[in-house]
Amino acid sequence: MPRELWKGNEAIAEAAVRAGLEGYFGYPITPQNEILEWLSQRMPELGRAFVQAESELGAINMVYGAACTGARVMTSSSSPGISLMQEGISYIAGTELPVVLIDVMRGGPGLGNIAPSQGDYSQIVHGGGHGDYHPIVLAPASIQEAVDLVPLAFDLAEKYLNIAVILIDGSIGQMMEPVELPEMRPVVRKDYPWATNGALGRKRRVLSSIYLEVSIEEEVNLRLLKRWEEIQQNEVRFKEYYLDDAEIAVIGFGTSGRIALSAVRAARAQGIKIGLFRPISVSPFPARQIAELAGRVKSMLVVEMNAGQMLKDVQLAVGNRAPLEFYGRLGGVVPFPDEILGEIQRIAKEPPSLGGNPAQRWLARMTAPKK
Amino acid sequence: MQTEILFAGFGGQGVMFAGQVLAYAAMDKGKQVTWMPSYGPEMRGGTANCIVVIADEEIGSPLVQNPPAAVVMNLPSLDKYEPLVKSGGVLIVNASMVDRTAQRDDITTILIPANDIAEEIGDKRLANMIAIGALLGCLDILTVKDLAAALEAHMPGRHKHLLPKNFEALRKGAEHAKKQRSNQ
Amino acid sequence: MSTVVTPENLVYSRPAAFTDTPTHYCPGCTHGTAHRLIAEVFDEMKIADRVIGVAPVGCAVFAYNYMDTDFVEAAHGRAPAMATGIKRVLPDRIVFTYQGDGDLASIGMGEIVHAAARGENISVIFINNAIYGMTGGQMAPTTLPGMKTTSSPSGRDVELQGYPIRMAEMLATLEGAGYVVRRSLHDPKNIRLSKKAIRTAFETQLRGLGFSMVELLSTCSTGWGVSPVESLDWLEQHMIPAFPLGDYKIAPSVAALKV
Repeated sequence: MPRELWKGNEAIAEAAVRAGLEGYFGYPITPQNEILEWLSQRMPELGRAFVQAESELGAINMVYGAACTGARVMTSSSSPGISLMQEGISYIAGTELPVVLIDVMRGGPGLGNIAPSQGDYSQIVHGGGHGDYHPIVLAPASIQEAVDLVPLAFDLAEKYLNIAVILIDGSIGQMMEPVELPEMRPVVRKDYPWATNGALGRKRRVLSSIYLEVSIEEEVNLRLLKRWEEIQQNEVRFKEYYLDDAEIAVIGFGTSGRIALSAVRAARAQGIKIGLFRPISVSPFPARQIAELAGRVKSMLVVEMNAGQMLKDVQLAVGNRAPLEFYGRLGGVVPFPDEILGEIQRIAKEPPSLGGNPAQRWLARMTAPKK
Repeated sequence: MQTEILFAGFGGQGVMFAGQVLAYAAMDKGKQVTWMPSYGPEMRGGTANCIVVIADEEIGSPLVQNPPAAVVMNLPSLDKYEPLVKSGGVLIVNASMVDRTAQRDDITTILIPANDIAEEIGDKRLANMIAIGALLGCLDILTVKDLAAALEAHMPGRHKHLLPKNFEALRKGAEHAKKQRSNQ
Repeated sequence: MSTVVTPENLVYSRPAAFTDTPTHYCPGCTHGTAHRLIAEVFDEMKIADRVIGVAPVGCAVFAYNYMDTDFVEAAHGRAPAMATGIKRVLPDRIVFTYQGDGDLASIGMGEIVHAAARGENISVIFINNAIYGMTGGQMAPTTLPGMKTTSSPSGRDVELQGYPIRMAEMLATLEGAGYVVRRSLHDPKNIRLSKKAIRTAFETQLRGLGFSMVELLSTCSTGWGVSPVESLDWLEQHMIPAFPLGDYKIAPSVAALKV
């Protein structure tokens, strides 16, 4: 396929169509509206299901119902809408159904704003809904990567009977880049042994997340956790840049990762031995790879568009292997490469020591009186 | 090699489209490119801007603080972005919509009456193409020919009849910029 | 030994669309009656192997244990959204929700109204017994003025707790609704009328004539604190005046159906 210039949201929506999406249910919220709008045209013209729901609550439960039939289904939203969907996400996890969710993050908390943010990391990766479950979360940093991850998200969701989330922010949703879209895959309705699609010629099936017998509910939880272990072993994805001889490693996902790439290049141009580690799967988190990396660099800098939500996972992985620093921007502010470069220069000049709380040090710097 | 170009103006002046045309041309030349809009309520009749990054390798940040090139189509955009242009950079100003000249002396400034030239060509919506033409007259990233080819390749069929006037606008913009530079 | 039951003298049996699981409902509860009517309609229409039911949260949370069809279990109030999802990807199946008053008229008000407004081709069986049964007899959106519940111990004070909601009347105003009626399960005549309405609701869906809902006035002798027999009288005397039985929306295309 030739490269075409695509807006992120539209490319993701079209990639889902080409991955054999059979049903989409969504609700308008900026900055993800183009996904809903694109599919409102494409799905009906292909004879596939599209519903603009009455709310995100309605949308996630429509997806829940449609997923019960074994159909390939998806919804999308942005931060406040995702918060509202958390009920359904927990039910879907408890029913062990494959569903794909696109979260185009915006500034918060509360109504916040519509600017790019990464403030949903915790509510998505660590589960904003009740109970013990782990979504698979893929965090692309470009539109091409997002487009490539959409079919993978469906495949992983169906392989592991798990929710798979594409976690991006408003900038990836709204920007345009050249993209090579995948070929159109035919819609294949898989004959799952659990799908509730009418008991014609077979015993009836029931799908539910209710297990009143606590010992059975515990078994279900253990099954989910064993499956999660398998996912952790098989589905870690990341990308490394300039890390071979690096003494400082920057870690960032999605947009903050790609912005950090510009800063890393600028620092390299100044002779600083630095590289970038960009987690693509933030859940499962590349903890082992980051721990190994920590063992061979002198210090690490985590960059996020939140107050250090991923930092906590990095800290768990790194332990005392390397000193950590943090730089975050909040509330929809997107860091400029120069700002990250400033942090890199500071670390290169005065290497941080082990211990202490990097998020606390960052907060002190952020709130210090301006010189 | 990486170049960043900012386009800014009122909603309706075609600054988003101007950036997209540049992005298409860069893509067609095999470059890496990003087009990042400002989005949301401020677009509804207010100011609009977008940043295009053109590079030979994987692009990191789609936003930059100090772009080496900016095209400003109105006074608020001139006020806001003139101070941000990187030293040694290029600033294209739509002189039809501002009542002052640029104040920086460490950048190349082209004052081009884009609206007036557009009226001469016969379609006031072409001001954006005239401004891009002027930009290409000052930047060695892409040629007017590349832009024209991108317009031809990507303009929807129903707008194809507008192509000749768009080509004329690009050309006039570039000529104007070259003339102004040789006088500087 | 002679055979007592022969095809000639068989007048009553378990519907084929029923499982042989005894229900968990309290003595005197009309959920069992409603379940049976639905199962009989499935038998008569020979559709059980095409049906996907959506169970609610409430006393009927285990409805899927009793009806021998595919079933899914919704979150509280979300059954119409779940049913929408199923029906949209499997339009040739028969999809129904079975919901109580707390589920449908309180927490799930948004979902039911919009499913009806969209004219979703689903059937809704709405059990209105004016109380939250499963959670222990709290006030419901359909609790009558003055009625005592465990969360309105002095009786529902309309000044503070508002008035009951009449769902059939409300949904009947929506263009997407093809068939919306209210029936009662307090005596044999009304039970027969209820079954006919359930049949009509599923026929409406089968023909793609829009959203259908049968509201069934039901008893909760446990929650109401009366005996099963008294509960039937109480329903007739108090609920029917507050929730008049009748046909609230019968689209012309549905009226033309011969059921």
